[in-house]
Amino acid sequence: MGEFFRVALAVAAKDLRLELRTRATILSAVIFAALVLVVFNFSRDPTAVAAIDLAPGVLWVTVAFASVVALNRAFTVEREHAALDGLRLAPASRGALFVGKALANLAFVLLIEAVTVPLAVLFFELPVATAGWGLPLILFLSSIGFVAVGTLLSAMAVKTRFGELMLPVLLLPFLVPPLIASAGATSRLLAGRPLSEVVGWLRFLTVYDLVFVTLGLLLFGAVIDE
Amino acid sequence: MTDDLTRARTLLRVGGAITLLALLGAAGVYWLALNFTPTEASQGLAQKIFYIHVPAAWGALVSFTLCGLASAAYLFLHEPRIDRFAASSAEVGLAFAAVMLTTGPIWGKPIWGTWWDWDPRLTLTLLLFFIFLGYGALRSALHDPGERARFSAVIGIMALVLVPFIHLSVYLFRTIHPKPVVLRPEGPALPIEMLRTLLVSVGVFTLLYVGLVTMRYALGIARDHAEANAGGPDA
Repeated sequence: MGEFFRVALAVAAKDLRLELRTRATILSAVIFAALVLVVFNFSRDPTAVAAIDLAPGVLWVTVAFASVVALNRAFTVEREHAALDGLRLAPASRGALFVGKALANLAFVLLIEAVTVPLAVLFFELPVATAGWGLPLILFLSSIGFVAVGTLLSAMAVKTRFGELMLPVLLLPFLVPPLIASAGATSRLLAGRPLSEVVGWLRFLTVYDLVFVTLGLLLFGAVIDE
Repeated sequence: MTDDLTRARTLLRVGGAITLLALLGAAGVYWLALNFTPTEASQGLAQKIFYIHVPAAWGALVSFTLCGLASAAYLFLHEPRIDRFAASSAEVGLAFAAVMLTTGPIWGKPIWGTWWDWDPRLTLTLLLFFIFLGYGALRSALHDPGERARFSAVIGIMALVLVPFIHLSVYLFRTIHPKPVVLRPEGPALPIEMLRTLLVSVGVFTLLYVGLVTMRYALGIARDHAEANAGGPDA
């Protein structure tokens, strides 16, 4: 078990180090998220629709799109110079490799959210104080599900010629259930409802995470091994 | 290798015959539905679409479920025939889902007063439709047969696992879709004549599924044969 996490952390650390040295993708993903928020702002007629009515949806659409951008990165870096072959040759369990890639992706998605949420608060006057600790909890839980599904799918999409387009086509239908849960819970919390009212959605997200992380552990071998 | 083509030809003929039989059966269902089945009191003639909508939904459900199960089997057995069956089933399922998504709004406009509603079952079908469109897109974008089979098996399994999540997430919203009238604990709520027509139609659509999958499977054999000889679909 210790070996499993050692390998997973090593893979995650490798991805993070690579990204920190170039900062190419994460910076673009963050800028992309900010731009989506700006564009959304002009899709709203301020005299007809209050910012707060639109905000939960805008926030989650932005997070989902930016996650896709970040997840695309995960295996494009492995494709160059056939780095994936090196990873595959390592005497490590496929589950550990999956967890490592997913952890790095989780770090990227959380980083994007750390920028997106404050910007959304600024642009859409989100009453985050009323939402309390529920909002970070929802963000965290749904991010785990996003990256579990996204890591698996991006390893496949990268093998196609139009991988950058293939990933959202494959991924977005799988993100709809957690997005429904997250947006639903977020709008309740922002409306000042207590955390107890969204427990159902939180449970839903937790079960989704558990199921798809397990599926990732089981299926990752079928994706990367020839 | 030519054995393959002979087998494909035979299967194509068998599948074609079954499909033709099923299509004649579908015409029979409408003859039965229009002449020997009572018209529903409040919905009138619009309800007659039920005899194609529900069996198409059944066909899509069977197709996608069998694709998911075959996908799981493929990852254990690595048998190309199972992959070919899964791909055939997914494609036929897309056709059934398209029928379901087209007949639904046609009925919905006069009865609900709206073409579309984000109701659990509509959303579920729509998302499955998109997932299996992606499944097809992924298959056609991959050239290595082994990789194509493994990747699509992974999507097939994931789709099967996602179904309860989609259903639950949308169900927690609200629904205007008619409640189940046949498969419910208290027993069918339909008049026996309507139930008879529906069951005949379900049988006909199951037959249509078998016919179409057989044909698609035969084409799969021919395609694999061509790929093996030409070194790829692009060549």
